[in-house]
Amino acid sequence: MQADYAIIGGGVVGLSLGWGLIRRGHKVIVIDGDDGSFRASRGNFGLVWVQSKGIGAPHYARWSQRSAGLWAEFAVELGAGSNTDLRLEQRGGYDFHLDEESLAAKVAQYDALRHELGGDYPFEVLGNNALRREEPEVGPKVAGAILHHQDGHVNPLKLLRALAADFVGLGGQILSAEHVEDVTKPDGFRLICRSGHVVEAGKVVLSAGLGAMALGPKLGFKAPVRPQRGQVLITEKLPKMMNRPSGIIRQVDEGGIQIGDSKEEVGLDDSTTLHTTAAIAARAVAVMPGLAQAQLVRSWGALRVMSPDGLPIYQKSTTMPGAALVTCHSGITLAAAHARLLPAWLEGAENAPDLEKFGEQRFS
Amino acid sequence: MEQVDLGVIGAGPAGMAAATIAATAGLSVVVLDEQPAMGGQIYRAVASGGAARTDILGKDYLEGAGLAQDLQASTARHLTEAVVWDIAPQEGGVAITYSHKGIPARIEAKRLLLATGALERPVPLPGWTLPGVMTAGAGQILLKASGMVAPRAVLAGSGPLLYLLAVQMARAGSPPLALIETQSLRDQLAAAPRLAGGIRGWRILIKGLGLLAELRRHGIRRITGARDLEVIGTGRAEGLRFSAQGRAQEIACDTVLLHQGVVPNTQASRALGLAHDWHAGQRAFVPRTDGWGESSHPGIFIAGDGAGIAGAKAAAVAGQLAGLQIACQLGALDRAARDAKAQPARKTLDAERSIRPFLEAAYPVAAQILCPADKTLVCRCEEVTAGDVRHWAGLGCKGPNQTKAFGRVGMGPCQGRYCGLTVTEILSHSHNLPHSQIGAYRIRMPLKPVTLGELSTVNAPEDAEEGHPK
Amino acid sequence: MLVPVTFEGAEMMLPEGANLAAALLAAGVGAFRTTPVSGAARGPYCMMGACFECLIEISGATRQACMMQVQAGLVIAKPKGRANGAG
Repeated sequence: MQADYAIIGGGVVGLSLGWGLIRRGHKVIVIDGDDGSFRASRGNFGLVWVQSKGIGAPHYARWSQRSAGLWAEFAVELGAGSNTDLRLEQRGGYDFHLDEESLAAKVAQYDALRHELGGDYPFEVLGNNALRREEPEVGPKVAGAILHHQDGHVNPLKLLRALAADFVGLGGQILSAEHVEDVTKPDGFRLICRSGHVVEAGKVVLSAGLGAMALGPKLGFKAPVRPQRGQVLITEKLPKMMNRPSGIIRQVDEGGIQIGDSKEEVGLDDSTTLHTTAAIAARAVAVMPGLAQAQLVRSWGALRVMSPDGLPIYQKSTTMPGAALVTCHSGITLAAAHARLLPAWLEGAENAPDLEKFGEQRFS
Repeated sequence: MEQVDLGVIGAGPAGMAAATIAATAGLSVVVLDEQPAMGGQIYRAVASGGAARTDILGKDYLEGAGLAQDLQASTARHLTEAVVWDIAPQEGGVAITYSHKGIPARIEAKRLLLATGALERPVPLPGWTLPGVMTAGAGQILLKASGMVAPRAVLAGSGPLLYLLAVQMARAGSPPLALIETQSLRDQLAAAPRLAGGIRGWRILIKGLGLLAELRRHGIRRITGARDLEVIGTGRAEGLRFSAQGRAQEIACDTVLLHQGVVPNTQASRALGLAHDWHAGQRAFVPRTDGWGESSHPGIFIAGDGAGIAGAKAAAVAGQLAGLQIACQLGALDRAARDAKAQPARKTLDAERSIRPFLEAAYPVAAQILCPADKTLVCRCEEVTAGDVRHWAGLGCKGPNQTKAFGRVGMGPCQGRYCGLTVTEILSHSHNLPHSQIGAYRIRMPLKPVTLGELSTVNAPEDAEEGHPK
Repeated sequence: MLVPVTFEGAEMMLPEGANLAAALLAAGVGAFRTTPVSGAARGPYCMMGACFECLIEISGATRQACMMQVQAGLVIAKPKGRANGAG
């Protein structure tokens, strides 16, 4: 056996798990795709985000809150191991609204969720004046914002690199440019790659994002995930002009203003379109008029990994014991929970988190 | 929205020739170019101030004047200072979005010709980011467009452009302090058997010898076989350090003009997702085109150095071929007329291309450029070193899009133009995999940075809220 | 004809209509900006709009000096993008 665990998928989800497992003394191999694979981990927005998650599903809100709460310590430990400052900031984040109606509707949803969570949902509503005292670049067209104090952001590319560096530094192995085509389980697992490479492992975690659509059934999962495209813009590096991130605009630690996020159901197409990037730009300029002068340097499209209800799926295989499916569209927010809490769940340890409600039975 | 038969991007030799021949055949043609005057970089300012400097620039430069006059006399419309930043294939052609003095506009074209020419190959050596270090091409542009000679300059690198530039600077009264060349006599001897170009090949060679003789007449010092080049200086270039004939040497100067040949500018062809192949001789990716210049995407053509380096004369005739085929596809020319007109162009193109294998072998890219030292910056914009890229290769990055995600290499405003090839070379070397397997950056729109204000206005007001974020 | 422009507050006379990057170089300006990453000085490199090294700021917007012409009254500043970690 080459490894205790083989993880299929070397994005932030797979590497967070791999890092957590190797820190608990397991031998781990991560099998990663190639340069052209769909990679949510290099196209995401970088939010460590609580608000808006789990409306109508308080267990998901709690899971997000739990991960956000673990993030600071996780960032310190991973940062020390990889000699990387992940640039984590958790000083709250905004949900901007251009009209009063949408703001009021969102506040009503948050009030209900706060009630379901027993009051642990610290947000406040800022009108235009109060918001502009916090964020002077916000323009007059913004009706207001919800400031949620558990929100924050991180540099997601530094996170990806740090996870890979520390995982390898701790003795983990990353096989890249491999594509798992088939899985058998004569005794342990045998993962057969397109290159002919075979990886043998005692347990398998499928965290291949959209790759789970094809591989999931081979391991006994429904894996009902679909792509949802988001387009993102980033400007030239600018002097500091925002104090906190919002769900659609944030200033990254290098200085660029990052703007998103559209939601398009277009299948496996991660291209950008002029129409949508222009709409994103128009909204950004409406929120922060000073951005009209900023140079757009890059745009990109990336595919979210969406389950039917938008929540993560954590499922152990019944037909192939030892295989687990881990997939979500919030791999950054949940990275800390995945690194800290999921290894115990994979091991079947006593103190493992109860993830029953995130299982696939909810789709039957 | 304005609609035309043919949209040409770039008003260099390929674009000018293609537009002229297509317009003459009866097509409606628009040429979009970033510069204030036509000519491209090779014939920059040829129809404005440059022609007055023919005694300095030489008579080859004047060939561009004829192309420019033909274009001006045709019905093709030439849009100056038009920065194209989005090209979207659509039903029946493409939509081109550009900005002119900060105002965006769009044109729909049934056919597209990319005539975006060449870029200087990146020259990652220590100190190449210091003010005062420029490309040899930049040195020529200063001469052509501004009549300005870079002061106290050393020319360094490999390729015949260095001889031409040195001679032009000397004729203008400010010869370079020295010519430090990285190719060796052994490279040139090894290249000699490739001189299969017959009479035309020899003609180019003789022209080169003429330049060398003129260099000697001007007393310009030449050192070949130089290695370990390094620009030294604090805050600006103050000298060039190198080793040659087994000893370290240093020349004090204010300007260093670097050159390691030119490579196709594939920014637009990559952004459009066209097929590219690695060209071992040119050590660059080249878009795949047929004998008329049509790319892997029907209706999108590429002509000139952007389709593979072959020089200005080749570019002009390749432009003609593309223009003829486009006119034929759109019914303005029958096949017989197309083929008759294409025959002389094809002959010239073959002859011009035949000299390339010799030049590629005689002026190879310096080893220190292909495999830069760990501390050398490869991505100028994000200040990423060769060592960084190698380290990420060791963490499993097998391609340039992964190293980009790991450390921002290629994410800056130049959008990877001056690091892409270097990163491909480093990864190819690190993994011992062919360049074609390593691949290149995935380029996205905008092709050039554009303000959010400009971008925000391109949708019609009624649908601006569609695709609404959130 | 020479026309007045300012670069980082210093007035200089440049030839109207000339390429702005070339004119600044000729006037002795070598470093057009400092990088937002390390603060290193940079000046024109390619002179053809491709390398984005000659960036300057005019009326609050970042522009490529090599893609502009000299006009009377231009107020030119170094772009204000911050060095990493400074903000």
